[in-house]
Amino acid sequence: MSRGNQSWLIGAWLFFTSLFSSSAWAETQLNLTKGATAVSREVYDLHMLALYICTAIGVVVFGIMFWSMVFHRKSKGAKAADFHESTKVEILWTAIPIVILIAMAIPATSTLIDMENNDDSDLTIQITGSQWKWHYKYFDQNIEFYSVLSTPREQYENQNGSFEGNGAEKGENYLLEVDRHLVIPVNKKVRFLITSDDVIHAWWIPAFAVKQDANPGFINEAWTIVDEPGIYRGQCAELCGKDHGFMPIVVEVKSAADYDTWLNEQHALIAQAANAEKASLSASMSKEELMQLGETTYMAYCAACHQPTGLGLPPMFPALKGSAMATTGKIADHIDMVLNGKNAMPGFGKQLSLKEIAAVVTYERNAWGNDTGDLVQSSDVNAASGSK
Amino acid sequence: MTTETVNESLDESHDDEHHDHKMTGIKRWLYTTNHKDIGTLYLWFSFIMFLTGGALAMVIRMELFQPGLQIVEPDFFNQLTTVHGLIMVFGAIMPAFTGFANWLIPMMIGAPDMALPRMNNWSFWILPFAFAILIGSFFMESGAPNFGWTFYAPLSTTYSNGSTAFFVFAVHIMGISSIMGAINIVVTIMNLRAPGMTYMKMPLFVWTFFITAYLLIAVMPVLAGVVTMVLTDTYFGTSFFDAAGGGDPVMFQHIFWFFGHPEVYIMILPAFGIVSTIIPAFSRKQLFGYTSMVYATASIAFLSFIVWAHHMFTTGMPLAGELFFMYATMLIAVPTGVKVFNWVATMWRGSMTFEVPMLFSIAFVILFTIGGFSGLMLALTPVDFQYHDTYFVVAHFHYVLVTGSLFSIYAGAYYWLPKWTGHMYNDSLAKWHFWCSLISVNLLFFPMHFLGLAGMPRRIPDYALQFADFNKWVSIGGFAFGLSQLIFLAVVIKCIKGGDKAPAKPWDGAEGLEWTVASPAPYHTFSTPPKID
Ligand code: HEC
Ligand code: HEM
Ligand SMILES: [Cu+2]
Ligand SMILES: [Cu+2]
Repeated sequence: MSRGNQSWLIGAWLFFTSLFSSSAWAETQLNLTKGATAVSREVYDLHMLALYICTAIGVVVFGIMFWSMVFHRKSKGAKAADFHESTKVEILWTAIPIVILIAMAIPATSTLIDMENNDDSDLTIQITGSQWKWHYKYFDQNIEFYSVLSTPREQYENQNGSFEGNGAEKGENYLLEVDRHLVIPVNKKVRFLITSDDVIHAWWIPAFAVKQDANPGFINEAWTIVDEPGIYRGQCAELCGKDHGFMPIVVEVKSAADYDTWLNEQHALIAQAANAEKASLSASMSKEELMQLGETTYMAYCAACHQPTGLGLPPMFPALKGSAMATTGKIADHIDMVLNGKNAMPGFGKQLSLKEIAAVVTYERNAWGNDTGDLVQSSDVNAASGSK
Repeated sequence: MTTETVNESLDESHDDEHHDHKMTGIKRWLYTTNHKDIGTLYLWFSFIMFLTGGALAMVIRMELFQPGLQIVEPDFFNQLTTVHGLIMVFGAIMPAFTGFANWLIPMMIGAPDMALPRMNNWSFWILPFAFAILIGSFFMESGAPNFGWTFYAPLSTTYSNGSTAFFVFAVHIMGISSIMGAINIVVTIMNLRAPGMTYMKMPLFVWTFFITAYLLIAVMPVLAGVVTMVLTDTYFGTSFFDAAGGGDPVMFQHIFWFFGHPEVYIMILPAFGIVSTIIPAFSRKQLFGYTSMVYATASIAFLSFIVWAHHMFTTGMPLAGELFFMYATMLIAVPTGVKVFNWVATMWRGSMTFEVPMLFSIAFVILFTIGGFSGLMLALTPVDFQYHDTYFVVAHFHYVLVTGSLFSIYAGAYYWLPKWTGHMYNDSLAKWHFWCSLISVNLLFFPMHFLGLAGMPRRIPDYALQFADFNKWVSIGGFAFGLSQLIFLAVVIKCIKGGDKAPAKPWDGAEGLEWTVASPAPYHTFSTPPKID
């Protein structure tokens, strides 16, 4: 073997070892997940079946090709034969693939029929996507909440534009973590009704083999029965604008007992929040309190579009710094905009407490040099919302 | 002239040179109605667009090199992917094939030119304007289109960044250009074949372009319709795709994919024609199953109209719809398989040599087939729920489009460069181009299968940590592939400037009328039609 050849081999060897010794390789997943439901396992089996069939066909077809590339080359003195047509062969290689396809279509059909059977569910949850968060509403339980990305901005924004990044250390579930999990019971048929408030999103949990588009104005159905308690993660799977990559989904599957405990906790929390809302009506907050709460609320719910600087991303998302509505405009209009939204601006009436809305409006009217000096209290918001 | 295969049209062309009315300088190219000039314009335009779209892809791969947002904002990232897709589809692949059609169809059927030469000039010269508008939108206040090349409503309507009007206008111009080009191809093939060249004696290359042209005429108006609906929904208060006004966003997808799926065959049928020309030439054996190839092409074209909703399995179709579109899509694998088997049978017991056009053709057969396999897997609805909108789909369509369509374009370019320029290309540079492309393209696209299976959605600017390793390798493959394409530029420029003189027929196994005229092909060929027996 020549020297040239050797250095190529060593290069290739180094290349592959570095590929496999790379830090996080151990966790790297190559294949589709088997998942945690009967359906996801059927889907996995179907995937493997298709993969094996394709590999087998590939080996045969490419094998024949390479054989003739090696043995039927001119440099080996091969003389071209002159056959160029055979109806028999053509029929054969039309028929065989059809048989193979039927062999794949049968299991695919039965799995599909299974997946589309939405009957007899134990529990129904409505899932609503909006730019860029998920809303979950439990039927018959009076429980509903939003679920948004909880990875801190510092982790994904390497603001100095370098590859090294000055962003914070990335956490284990980087971009796959949310503030509130969707909680469902194990071994129960849970039906999802999926829709959207704005553009199309898609709700996807690989471990359940559930992926369903959330279409504005229409409701899609999907279901799952999970057989292992645990935490399952997924992501939005339909391009939905700027932060499409930042709206993960986390489902926590609990045992029946834990699920009941969770339900009770939620009811207690709801009661507590209602009391807090009432209390906030009579309370009056200081400017410092309002600005502080306003800033946290703004960063969590508004900065994605209007940016931390208040400059927005015109023309899609308007600036609030110096905008008429947030400075000279009527406070009532400002509150109304935040409560009910307009066009691509989502309404926050359902998502934020009176106190938070009061604070965020105050914040917008006083931050970034919008020094109006206006203070907005919960009672003002309550009045504007016509008692929510 | 050197070879005896050169027929009488050579001498004619010699006379022609004295009265060919070729203008000089820029006017020659602006006013030209000559099919060879227009073919050249299309090919250069497509290559420039390919490099432009490629540059955008390099930025995308730089951003995805590591987790975290490094160099672009998420919204700009979406603009990059959208314009990359639009440029590659409408600016790189489609015009390249039109360039081939212009250069070669008249020569292959023994016609003096395309049937509608003035329209030909017009259909090329509106294209640069379309792309100037599209690319120019990067510099407008709105920014470029950011809703994906599939521009799903309402992201492209109510929620658009304001680029919708530019986008719609640009697409309309591209569509008009394509329709005119297609009409020209159909009219030329139907009317200008040399006496004796019956349909079933046409080269398969001509057949595939003929069928593709019909596909274009059928679906480009659908695209024009859907972009117009997007335009009026955005600016004139209609609600075709807005449920609040009685419309339906899923209807957008039906209309779009009714165009979109035939569109993917518009980008692959001509590729079939090119490799079906090259493989026999370097196997020194006639194409196996010519007739079945024609029928397979026609059935693919027909089936391509009834499979569109396989792009929409997750939109909430009824079970019956899902089953129908699954079966119909699987059926497409049959004629596609027939084609692959015919190519393999053509090589079988041939007398093969491996010049660069053949290398690209063989790579095409293998890698396109891999793309076909992933297509077949995607056709199975239950698993498509897992694959859909992940990198698995990205891997699939890059295998069929890059190692499929693009590799066939390279194969064809190397095969006909001697005819176009009169020189042989630099063989060792060309081999470098091939091997660098082959290795890097697989490093670039193969790991995307794994990423998709592991759950990485497409069209995201940042990703979870378990996807980090593959993305790094994919990016490295991407940069290497991008650089490798500059070798092609060098080969072409060298080949135009000089190199060994090409004989009229540089490939001993080549067949077809184009090899009976001198190299470079004279400005006018077949002013009197050749006789075919
Ligand atoms: C999904 C992106 C998005 C988010 C998140 C968002 N906004 Fe907006 N906002 C918009 C858009 C788009 C408009 C422009 C609406 C229009 O006029 O069509 C807007 C307009 C506004 C306006 C009016 C500006 C003007 O000058 O007309 C205010 C005030 C406002 N938003 C406050 C907020 C507050 C407070 C929050 C957080 C609680 C918030 N927005 C979160 C997208 C967003
Ligand atoms: C055996 C033949 C083929 C089959 C069965 C097939 C099947 C499919 C399916 C089912 C999808 C949808 C995947 C999804 O989004 O979930 C898809 C996507 C796609 N295919 Fe194919 N395909 C085939 C060949 C081709 C060819 C020849 C091309 C082009 C040259 C092509 C280009 C594309 C493109 C561009 C997409 C993605 C579109 C997008 O969402 O942006 N395919 N294919
Ligand atoms: Cu999304
Ligand atoms: Cu398709």
